[in-house]
Amino acid sequence: MHIVVCVKQVPDSTEIKIDIETGTLIRAGVPSIINPYDHFALQKAIELKKAHKCKLTVISMGPPQAKSVIQLGIALGADDGILLSDRAFAGSDTWATSYVISKAIKKVGKIDIILCGMQAIDGDTAQVGPGIAQHLAMPQVTFCEDIKIDGKKIIVRKLIDGGYEIIEANSPALFTMIMPKDFEPRYPAFMDIHNSLDKPYHQWSMADIGAEEQYIGLKGSPTQVDRIYPPPAREKAEMISGGANEAVEKIVDIFEKENFLKI
Amino acid sequence: MITISNKCIGCGKCVPICPFAAVQMMNKKAVMNEACTFCGACVQVCPVDAITIEREDPIHKDFSAHKGVWVFIELEDIPGKGKHPKRIRKVGRELLSEGRKLADTLNEELCAIVLTDKNPGYEKEIGSYGADKVYLVENSELSQYDTDVFSTVIIALINRHKPSVCLYPATIMGRDLAPRVATAIYVGLTADCTGLSIKDGLLLQSRPAFGGNIMADILSPNSRPQMATVRPNVMKLAEPTDKVAVVITEDIKLNKNIKRVKVIERKIVHEKASAKIENSDIIVSGGRGMKDIKKFKILEELADSLNGMVGASRAAVDLGFKEKSRQVGQSGTTVSPKLYVACGISGAVQHIVGMKSSDIIVAINKDPNAPIFNVAKYGIVGDVHEIVPKLIKSIKKRITK
Repeated sequence: MHIVVCVKQVPDSTEIKIDIETGTLIRAGVPSIINPYDHFALQKAIELKKAHKCKLTVISMGPPQAKSVIQLGIALGADDGILLSDRAFAGSDTWATSYVISKAIKKVGKIDIILCGMQAIDGDTAQVGPGIAQHLAMPQVTFCEDIKIDGKKIIVRKLIDGGYEIIEANSPALFTMIMPKDFEPRYPAFMDIHNSLDKPYHQWSMADIGAEEQYIGLKGSPTQVDRIYPPPAREKAEMISGGANEAVEKIVDIFEKENFLKI
Repeated sequence: MITISNKCIGCGKCVPICPFAAVQMMNKKAVMNEACTFCGACVQVCPVDAITIEREDPIHKDFSAHKGVWVFIELEDIPGKGKHPKRIRKVGRELLSEGRKLADTLNEELCAIVLTDKNPGYEKEIGSYGADKVYLVENSELSQYDTDVFSTVIIALINRHKPSVCLYPATIMGRDLAPRVATAIYVGLTADCTGLSIKDGLLLQSRPAFGGNIMADILSPNSRPQMATVRPNVMKLAEPTDKVAVVITEDIKLNKNIKRVKVIERKIVHEKASAKIENSDIIVSGGRGMKDIKKFKILEELADSLNGMVGASRAAVDLGFKEKSRQVGQSGTTVSPKLYVACGISGAVQHIVGMKSSDIIVAINKDPNAPIFNVAKYGIVGDVHEIVPKLIKSIKKRITK
């Protein structure tokens, strides 16, 4: 079997702070990381590769510096890496992004399983995985917590509201992964990183994957950003003054007036 | 194309404003790198109008045949009531309430889309929240959600009736279905919207990005329908009326072998409806300021005295004070109770986007500059460990009176 894992390089959003004065993001010193959901998908793919001797290819779309997530994939055990990088891809929305990635996967050839993170932590859309599946006319199962291969079948555990489903699929199919609470990301050992730097990866452009210009970048994207702005500030709270005892009584007065005190 | 003309004075204002770190200063001039997404944040701050984004000339396609605001209605099992019939999820009523306003502004009809194996009379509830019509597809293949089946039906309906707007809930189902449909018919889809309005006849879709640190307004001017998924518990419910929607039964042929994946086991751990935090009218939440798991427990007592439930900030969940299912915020649950009491929560944006539409927010925090006071209606500056026990005592005293 041949597994493709799609990964994205994202700013570490837990490190992003907002400048209250200007309402802008403070990005200085914010590290770039592999999207955590993609990291989980990658680890699951490596488990499958080890258990079933699959071939594993890791794909990312982004600026040239996104090669570090490809190198991470290779250091962790992927056989091959492809970075989709081209100025013409800039401004792609989820439609155009899933088109580009699907064209690259077509070029890779016959594949059996595509794994994606459920969503990326910078955009939170969860749209690229299903988009790739649709472009490739493949079935999809989203929000999977686990994946196993059983003979020719692929078995996943999908999260649904208030429970889960066990779903059986035939290859080829695409799955998006959501990590369980106890997920602990693994990072490669120093020597594996060192060795991975020598391993070649491919960098493919628009022409390499045969993507049509009208479907990529700003031109190919049906959604457009009209405006970006800080979340609206609201009126300041009415501060309840006095000591603790007095403040508490005033708040409970409000609770009583608003009818929150019921037996 | 984005261009920076030689009007650039090198003031550097565009560098920090860029959410994608795509602007750099080189030789005292701003330069764009590959990370640029053409969002336009820099254009807005440039004091000398040096930055321009050239978009393709809008393709003046004729969209006059596309009319109607559609809401996809998600059905759910009634806990403990066996298999059928399902009921309409609350987010469906929220989307109808919001869709009514959009339809009125556009002077178009509001239509609900219902896919089911049997209709027990959904048109009554759907009509009461403002819909004019229900497009109903009844087929035994539609008893449970399946990506292939549902997307095939929705695509057929859209092609047949050409709506101008189509809204889906941003739930596990809606977020699986909507991108499949949008990709197939090549239309714009905006995820997880928290605000919708009409701007020059177009659907203006507002959504948080970067964990809620910034907001973006999105348009899909060149394709129809304009599609969006909308977070549950964000849109306010309208007052129901006694209007009944007109049912239009749609016949759509489905191939027997259309399903490509098979559900072999389905397990619902039925929580009582009251055990879901998003259904609670009163929520008492704690953050990092509760100090430790033992001290956090007093919030249970405060919540009990108010007949409410306990929530937590991401920091508190990460520290193990409370389980993840009670996390309120962008990466947890969005809530809009009648009363939200925030104890020892500083108010990171990621928390605020998940609770700001609560009717009354009371915040208790020792830092008078904590951002939580910017969204709270009432604030107390003080030590939660002193104030919460006093609150419990005072509430209990008044109730027994």
